[in-house]
Amino acid sequence: MGVIVSYGTYIPYWRLDRSKIGEALETFGQGTRAVASYDEDTTTMGVEAARACLAAAPPGVRVGQVLFVTTEPAYLDKTNATAIHAALDLDAGAVAFDMVGSVNSANGAFAAANAAPMPTLVVLSDLRTGLPGGADEAGGGDGAVAFLYSPDGPSLLDFLGWGASTEEFLDRYRQPGDDHSHLWEERFGEAAYTPLAEQAVAEALKQAGVSPGDIDYAIVTGVHPRAVRVVAKSLGVGKEALVDDLTGVIGNTGAAHGGIVLADLLDRAEAGKTILRVTLADGAIATLSRTTDALVDWRSRRPAIASVAGQIAAGRNDLSYTKFLTWRGQLHRDPPRRPDPTPPVAPASRRKETWKFAFHASRCEECGTRHLPPARVCVNCGAVDRMSQERLAETPATIATYTVDRLAFSLSPPIVATVVDFDGGGRFRCEMTDVDPATVAIGNRVEMTFRRISTVNGIHNYFWKARPSREEAS
Amino acid sequence: MASKGIRDRVAIVGMGCTQFGEHWDKGAEDLLVDSATAAFDSAGIAKDDVDAFWLGTMGSGISGLTLSRPLKLDYKPVTRLENMCATGSEAFRNACYAVASGAVDTAMAIGVEKLKDSGFSGLVVSRPPDDGSAAELSAPALFSLLAPAYSKKYGVDKDELKNVLTRIAWKNHKNGAVNPRAQFRREVPMETIAASPIMAGQLGIFDCSGVSDGSAAAVIVRAEDAHRYTDKPIYVKGLSFVAGPAAGVIDPDYDYTTFTEVVRAAEDAYQQAGVEDPRAQLAMAEVHDCFTPTELVLMEDLGFAERGTAWKEVLAGTFDLDGELPVNPDGGLKAFGHPIGASGLRMLFECWLQLRQEAPPERTIKSVAAGKKLALTHNLGGSPGECVSFVSVVGSEPSA
Repeated sequence: MGVIVSYGTYIPYWRLDRSKIGEALETFGQGTRAVASYDEDTTTMGVEAARACLAAAPPGVRVGQVLFVTTEPAYLDKTNATAIHAALDLDAGAVAFDMVGSVNSANGAFAAANAAPMPTLVVLSDLRTGLPGGADEAGGGDGAVAFLYSPDGPSLLDFLGWGASTEEFLDRYRQPGDDHSHLWEERFGEAAYTPLAEQAVAEALKQAGVSPGDIDYAIVTGVHPRAVRVVAKSLGVGKEALVDDLTGVIGNTGAAHGGIVLADLLDRAEAGKTILRVTLADGAIATLSRTTDALVDWRSRRPAIASVAGQIAAGRNDLSYTKFLTWRGQLHRDPPRRPDPTPPVAPASRRKETWKFAFHASRCEECGTRHLPPARVCVNCGAVDRMSQERLAETPATIATYTVDRLAFSLSPPIVATVVDFDGGGRFRCEMTDVDPATVAIGNRVEMTFRRISTVNGIHNYFWKARPSREEAS
Repeated sequence: MASKGIRDRVAIVGMGCTQFGEHWDKGAEDLLVDSATAAFDSAGIAKDDVDAFWLGTMGSGISGLTLSRPLKLDYKPVTRLENMCATGSEAFRNACYAVASGAVDTAMAIGVEKLKDSGFSGLVVSRPPDDGSAAELSAPALFSLLAPAYSKKYGVDKDELKNVLTRIAWKNHKNGAVNPRAQFRREVPMETIAASPIMAGQLGIFDCSGVSDGSAAAVIVRAEDAHRYTDKPIYVKGLSFVAGPAAGVIDPDYDYTTFTEVVRAAEDAYQQAGVEDPRAQLAMAEVHDCFTPTELVLMEDLGFAERGTAWKEVLAGTFDLDGELPVNPDGGLKAFGHPIGASGLRMLFECWLQLRQEAPPERTIKSVAAGKKLALTHNLGGSPGECVSFVSVVGSEPSA
């Protein structure tokens, strides 16, 4: 049986202050929501969370399965988890599956990982949008979290038991292709979810042999904000045990939300704490688990930026509402007088997969010179086909020179372009993202991040960009 | 290993150059007919006297038919070629070699570009299908990478560098203002240039060359035959072209304050032409000022100024029309405009006029009357770190 041996989260850099929606549309709003940048989607955010998770994983764990969960897949028909698999440079023998469409798929992935005989990476990533001025737009959020399960441990969180109560009713729903979901009348959802939650929690407590008084922390998340509040109060746990669900700061991140709130709790909980998690989505699922000594030890080795709180603190909250709408495709702005970006072609992308997705450089075995993209002939010594490949996605770099391009096409002009030199050799010219152009300077430290460069003719062009080093800044 | 060159073996005996600019009423085929006809007339020949043609165009047509169809050529060889912004110069180089080899007696190099029909701002280059990993940056952005690197390396304050770049644009506009063939024919005050809307990095719209339509052509014959056509042939002294290994974009040792390709092409061309001190020996230079920082760096790469000093020389007026070494007396890419395939030949056209003392008085350089007999043209294509470069030296007298 698989246990959680590592996790990683990704909260995007941008926050939308809800008061900005209020200013524009004369509505009331407070707090902020996390916003995926114009060059992010659920696949790229999933990659970022998974990279953080694998960076903290016990040595020697070889991922055998990737399960990707989202309600907003970048592609249909085509598996999105394979892009994550490729960006993580996993073995071809590891399988990759999508579990897409509904928030509750997250619980399915957890259950499958729990039962899997091989190390399984569960990636939850979501991007939540509503119509302008609506509750879902303001209350939604974007983010991702990844959990690595392994049969070998050491376990960060021991599973104690769970209970489920499944029921078919129309609460939150969306037609494929629609840009927003619908929610049935609020009090109906409250009435439907409350008894389901009670049944699921009772079953979990029974299975785990735990009484409500033993619960140190309770997390309630779901697709129905009012039902979440009511169920949280009805659990019979103390107010201090109710975990802040982060909706005030990052919004409800849909399929990723329960996982992100759990990750935030695991970022700070002591060993031996009993946690009840309840998810309200087309029924109720309750899970009981207990933190371990291994969690505290594991956590001490991670950089501060790995924590949910660290990423929330590193965010930028001056995003304008009009920019948010533009990024979401809800404000159709006049394009520059420039051709559309060229979409990548399938055969070239496949040939260059280890470059485009895994970000491999080649290193000359004769003289050690690094080449990005990988080359067959060494620029320094001229040796032919004497190259070995190495992944540079996790290697920090330094800005050699830069510019701000106000002419090139971008959904969020201007483009910051930079030439970066990698620690240990190798230079690459690329776009920079999640950066204030005014702060870019020669000598600044950067790290690589997996992004969606453009989408043309239905083809997403995924590739790597540089961003200011988050670890060295904190 | 250096190229042996064809010094004084071939000469230009006729040239033509259209006005550059927005030719809404002319297509590439019209521009080709205009420049070819002007060059035939200049050399006093008919089209059938030309044995072979080299046509340079980046994107205004494919194959030799682009030229043979509008000119109704009589089953003559036409090579259509492309080498980015050095395309026109490449047509010239190959035509010169054909004549020098003895394979043909008379060749024409002709370049054309029809850019304004695209409807886009700036230059648009199509690329072959690929994996989408190359950042699609604009040309001004790529060349603006030079500015902060130059500032940092030589301790030139950002505002001071902006003054230098502004002065380069101002000088080229001043030169173009009195050139009836130039796209932009008015002086632009430095304040206007400095305050123009930013395109990329430190570069405003006035730091960028003009997107335009145009065509230019040259007739080339063996040097010993040249006086049959004109009393004042222009002899080819050196021709160099290099394509770099694109090392700058992958090698951390490259510092974005030089074009290695230009340095190498210049060394080769000077060696072929016997030029030892370009600043003293050259009457003028036409250089590839696609963006103002490019011209700044080129002054050092071509050996016109010591490393780290070109910015001071620019401010001192060394490269002005009446300066020690006039650079881009015709207005350059900045004011004359930059129809890609035509630009290299347009530069030669200015050398042709100045060395033959046929430029109008208001923009005649003094160095030719003072006895200097050599002129240089330079192109580069690509961007800092990965480019091709062409350098030619031409002269009004054969070597003694």
